[in-house]
Amino acid sequence: MTTDNNVLIKVENLHKHFEDIEVLKGINAEICKGDVIVIIGASGSGKSTFLRCLNRLEEPTDGKIYFEGVDITDPKTDINLHRQKMGMVFQQFNLFPHMTVLRNMTLGPMKLLKQSKEEAEANAMKLLDRVGLADRADAYPGQLSGGQKQRVAIVRALAMNPDVLLFDEPTSALDPEMVGEVLDVMKSLAREGMTMAVVTHEMGFAREVGTQVVFIDEGVIVEQNSPEEFFSNPKNPRLKDFLSKVI
Amino acid sequence: MNDFINGISESFVKTFITEDRWQQILAGLGTTLEITFFALILGLVLGFLIAIIRSTYDMNLKGKKSKSAGDVIVKILNAVCNIYITVIRGTPVVVQLMIMYFIVFLSSRDGIMAAILSFGINSGAYVAEIVRSGIMSIDKGQFEASRSLGFNYRSTMIHIILPQALKNVLPALGNEFIVLLKETSVAGYVAIQDLTYIGNLIRSRTYEAFFPLITVAVIYLVIVLIISFFLKKLERRLRNSDH
Repeated sequence: MTTDNNVLIKVENLHKHFEDIEVLKGINAEICKGDVIVIIGASGSGKSTFLRCLNRLEEPTDGKIYFEGVDITDPKTDINLHRQKMGMVFQQFNLFPHMTVLRNMTLGPMKLLKQSKEEAEANAMKLLDRVGLADRADAYPGQLSGGQKQRVAIVRALAMNPDVLLFDEPTSALDPEMVGEVLDVMKSLAREGMTMAVVTHEMGFAREVGTQVVFIDEGVIVEQNSPEEFFSNPKNPRLKDFLSKVI
Repeated sequence: MNDFINGISESFVKTFITEDRWQQILAGLGTTLEITFFALILGLVLGFLIAIIRSTYDMNLKGKKSKSAGDVIVKILNAVCNIYITVIRGTPVVVQLMIMYFIVFLSSRDGIMAAILSFGINSGAYVAEIVRSGIMSIDKGQFEASRSLGFNYRSTMIHIILPQALKNVLPALGNEFIVLLKETSVAGYVAIQDLTYIGNLIRSRTYEAFFPLITVAVIYLVIVLIISFFLKKLERRLRNSDH
């Protein structure tokens, strides 16, 4: 338990094993309100697993995760309630293909937050308008481009009015010309003070809106710094090597 | 030539008109439809329950240690379902029917009830595997997206997984429905006067094989065509979201 009211998520000594493979080997991290934490690392480094542990889509093997002061790794906590406050955006969008865009966005608010249909739909339309997709409200996900799908996925998460958004490589499955439209939405969210944890390969995004950049390698955080320091003055040799390959 | 036409009309009369046999055929058809309808419903209910239990086990507990009492219950239920599916799929339906009628229903001899239960329990095993394959075919990401919004396992199943799974397996379920209808033709083994039994009865009474048997065949075919027509319609409606 922390006394600092600004800390939204606190991770203590997080371990995750898949069978015999240890993917996370003791991660400690803090995410404060308004932070945009960008997590980078090579494929297989454990960065996605780390993000997915934060809302327990992956069950941590060991360690503690506090969200808004509550230990959500405690089996007695109702994780479903906390997940309502932690939006997640996936690499593969994961929109519900059998529902319209609008229904995708109103299902959670109506069933979980008990909003009325009118309220949920008005709110959803406002959000869709914001990402320039108000005219696609009645379309099915299969009728949208990748970039449009991901923008809908972001506003679907936002419709739950979360306190933090987790992004798991949100632009990696997109055609290059669609990456920009998704990053623009994410940037505008960041500027409005939305707390975000973003696993990505978009170094430009990290530099521009990240408050902290974290480099995960072989299951541990090996370097964490402000974007300026992180990119201009990397200290860890593996990070140097990684940056030289991706930039 | 006249003899030929006379012969045909005579066997037609014997098959349908004498002793009001057409009414027997209708009654037989009614029995077949009754057994099929209730067995179908029983099969769907059983099948869905088992599919949900089995896929819950497959997705969450397979090869893992039980963490709660709920886990243990699911594991036990899964084992029971496995035995059920193995036994039902491993034995002929007509044998199951005879066991039901001559052993389980020994005292009441309620043939129709025995048939409904036998065919329903039999169909349930197949429906279970069809629905389970549908559930398992849904991308894991659908689960994760739903859970990440805060939906629990049950709501995720109801709102996200089952509607998509059902759409995917509708053709296979329709096929199972048709198989069930035709399988009930062995009900005569336990003296139920279903459509096939009546056809055969008329054949043995009249010594005319052609009209009774062809009539029975045509009636089955027509029912199957009607079922197929409505299934296709339903499929098309559910395809609305595919683009």
